[in-house]
Amino acid sequence: MRYLPLTNEDRSAMLDRIGAGSIDDLFVDVPELARLSGPIEGLPHHASEMAVERHMRGLAGRNLVAGEVPFFLGAGAYRHHVPASVDHLIQRGEFLTAYTPYQPEIAQGTLQMLFEFQTQVARLLGCDIANASMYDGSTACWEAIGMAGRVTKRSKAVLAGGLHPHYVGVARTMAKFTGDTLVELPVAVDADTATAASAAIDGETSCVVVQYPDIFGNVFDLRPIADAAHAAGALLIAVVTEPVALGLIESPGAMGADIVVGEGQSLGVGLQFGGPYVGLFACKEKYVRQMPGRLCGETVDANGKRGFVLTLSTREQHIRREKATSNICTNSGLCALAFSIHMTLLGEAGLRQLAAINHAKAQATASALTAIPGVTLRTPAFFNEFTVDLPDEARPIVRALADKGVLGGVSLGRLYPEQPGLANGLVVAVTETVTDADITAFATSLKELLA
Amino acid sequence: MNKPNAAGWRPEMIAGEGEAPATFTGNRALMLEEPLIFEIGSTSRTGVDFEDKAAAAPSSVLGNLLRSDPIGLPGLSEAETVRHYTRLSRQNYAIDLGLFPLGSCTMKHNPRLNEKMARLPGFADVHPLQPVDTVQGALAVIHELGEWLVKLTGMAAVAMSPKAGAHGELCGILAIRAALEARGDARSVILVPESAHGTNPATAAFAGYKVEDIPATADGRVDVDALKARLGPDVAGVMITNPNTCGLFERDLKTIADAVHAAGGLVYCDGANFNAIVGRVRPGDLGVDAMHINLHKTFSTPHGGGGPGSGPVVFSEALAPFAPLPFVEKTADGRYHLVEEETAGDHHGSAFGRMVAFHGQMGMFSRALTYILSHGADGLRQVAEDAVLNANYVLRSLEDVLDAPFAASGPCMHEALFSDNGLAEGFSTLDVAKGLIDEGYHPMTVYFPLVVHGAMLVEPTETESKAALDQFIGALRHVAERARAGEEALKTAPHFAPRARLDETLAARKPVLVWKDATI
Repeated sequence: MRYLPLTNEDRSAMLDRIGAGSIDDLFVDVPELARLSGPIEGLPHHASEMAVERHMRGLAGRNLVAGEVPFFLGAGAYRHHVPASVDHLIQRGEFLTAYTPYQPEIAQGTLQMLFEFQTQVARLLGCDIANASMYDGSTACWEAIGMAGRVTKRSKAVLAGGLHPHYVGVARTMAKFTGDTLVELPVAVDADTATAASAAIDGETSCVVVQYPDIFGNVFDLRPIADAAHAAGALLIAVVTEPVALGLIESPGAMGADIVVGEGQSLGVGLQFGGPYVGLFACKEKYVRQMPGRLCGETVDANGKRGFVLTLSTREQHIRREKATSNICTNSGLCALAFSIHMTLLGEAGLRQLAAINHAKAQATASALTAIPGVTLRTPAFFNEFTVDLPDEARPIVRALADKGVLGGVSLGRLYPEQPGLANGLVVAVTETVTDADITAFATSLKELLA
Repeated sequence: MNKPNAAGWRPEMIAGEGEAPATFTGNRALMLEEPLIFEIGSTSRTGVDFEDKAAAAPSSVLGNLLRSDPIGLPGLSEAETVRHYTRLSRQNYAIDLGLFPLGSCTMKHNPRLNEKMARLPGFADVHPLQPVDTVQGALAVIHELGEWLVKLTGMAAVAMSPKAGAHGELCGILAIRAALEARGDARSVILVPESAHGTNPATAAFAGYKVEDIPATADGRVDVDALKARLGPDVAGVMITNPNTCGLFERDLKTIADAVHAAGGLVYCDGANFNAIVGRVRPGDLGVDAMHINLHKTFSTPHGGGGPGSGPVVFSEALAPFAPLPFVEKTADGRYHLVEEETAGDHHGSAFGRMVAFHGQMGMFSRALTYILSHGADGLRQVAEDAVLNANYVLRSLEDVLDAPFAASGPCMHEALFSDNGLAEGFSTLDVAKGLIDEGYHPMTVYFPLVVHGAMLVEPTETESKAALDQFIGALRHVAERARAGEEALKTAPHFAPRARLDETLAARKPVLVWKDATI
């Protein structure tokens, strides 16, 4: 077995040193009833590198690869071009195979990267500080709700109708156990989020959670919601699932959000069928001690040189146990690195240009689709994702499009199976990876299917 | 100046050959200082070229929502970017550089075939919401890996979506709570032994439970009598780590499980240390109801300086109906189906809900499955045996120079536990750890578990050769002897690392969490 270096001679010599007669002597504490006498039956034995690769390639070959067809899916996961150097750098063994930086003297590479990541995220989201990343956007969203409860000592969260339904699902799951109350506002493509949220806030409200741009692609002003929340002593939590948008549109922090969380997958990480992704978490500095997750901070070493350490860990699970701000004991370090490298390659100039290209291509796609009879645009102000209504249920049309070799968006029927009123809706995302030919192919195929 | 020692392979340090001069750059040959991107980048520089530059026209529909102020994001050219991150990488210790004995973290070799397979476009470049008939292969990976986990643990079902070990703990405890509530038997207390991971009580508290500690016995295991005495109608369950964080097998787990079940509770097993028993013991045979498996530990997916992890949870028959959605199921026609809220059939009708946006850590699943197939059932059994053999070899090779509090209570499993007992007055575990850095090693886990004073938890793993262990043992022995002798220089170690000891108190007292400068 190619990963195991011990020879049988080594094993014998080592057992002698230990004073054990056989390897079984080292498992004497396992009760008789639980001892397996040999490899578990019905499972294959070890395989060569070539054989494993053949098997895995066979499975990979059964998927329709996004990059090989006109591709327009978003709804919380976006396909962007990732420069080759990003993956090259994250595969360096010193990043890839390091552990949590528990010994800062020999982990400055990871720590400095996290400090740079925190700064990039805070600036992008318009906040004072950010943490060293969370599992993903959906779990970061729930953690933000929990944090708002700790800050305000209240337990009622208002969820805007445009919040990703899977994020709502995670919050529902957790609230069942923590006793938090969730007030879910009605889901409609053209809901007036500001008015609905303002009306729902009362003296018990800990926070209002608003996605920006929302699940349908709407971009709208967060300032009135922030004002209404603050007037009632509640916090505004903004959720960003497409961080590239913030290269073009105003940041949630600048519009008054107290906590901004997001999904960082768009930069550096790739689609990966849903994970691993990277949760972004930023807030105002005054809430730092209620913030969940890891934090990297600047300090000096014994010689006065600048260095970085994990800090404020007294909030964390391994110190305060049941009083911890969360049970999280990890972050998405490697995905945060990919995000940070991609952001460094872009820089401000590149990010703004990338965002502008995304927006222009989305506008062009919206124009092409709405030129088809029966297709109407539902989200006039959008970044790179918008919703159209089709004349029929969108879900079977998406499947039919796939048969024609076009991955043409996410149907609202898939996201909201319990809401028949949304069944004709189709959420279309357009990034820089989409070509003019892709747009034409999409529009042509859709027109044929609707004819 | 170094010269080969008598054995020919370990350089011997020769002291007193003069102080090194200061350098202009602050660099020392291949040990390079690296500024922050905010100090070397520019908001007008970029390392990417776009197609369609002309398409970048501003939009009128966004009106006053367009971003107006500078963001403050520095850019670097591709060449500068590669150099910046390559230089940073060299400030890191990693398993690719050498033995990484972090106990309970399990740093073993990360095979590169795993990386290659995870990057196949068929896995890396598919969207979680593609029509399910276009992602049959991705669903097959999830299903196939899940089947392995179920069979290796002797359990009934698996939830693949938890994003890390602690997230898996939460999943297991929520399933327990859902099952108890479904039978109209809401209970309020979770029992957690002292030797548990710190995440265990935090998890139980997050799931709405009151947490009560159960003491450890003098030989480092759960005090079974104390646990039995505490059982009652208010106890929802117990969380036990097996093998435990003292590196010992909980011999009485079956007895404990039977008692907990008789009292109407359920058993959660923290499976972080499953690598010690994989292929040799099925936790399901010991009465466990739920257990998470850290794929990065047992199945070698790299941890990337802190993550990502992946924490699938296996369930007994009793808990299977309550596991979270989504699920992947295979029908008789060989098709894979994604069971979500709207498609949940009878046997998932009691599912407690959704834990994450999509389907879990797919990129970790493809790596873990690659590793499992490479080893097979026979190889995985060998993995556990070699991990346990290596740990016991370290334990027995050092117990004369480092206090090993549980050495008399039988073999350890995959990790060897030492304490600071016997070091000179004023010398601590921390000094031993920092001394090991100068020897070219990442230190072991220190000050954990809490049940032992000044704990040092060494986990060599199965991917270390005897020669590598012998060199490590020699290094740790040398540092331990210096600490026993009270050598002052050890108190200021490390001397040869990129940084000397860092002021963690300052970092916590005056937190500086982002770079602040008006220039960018």
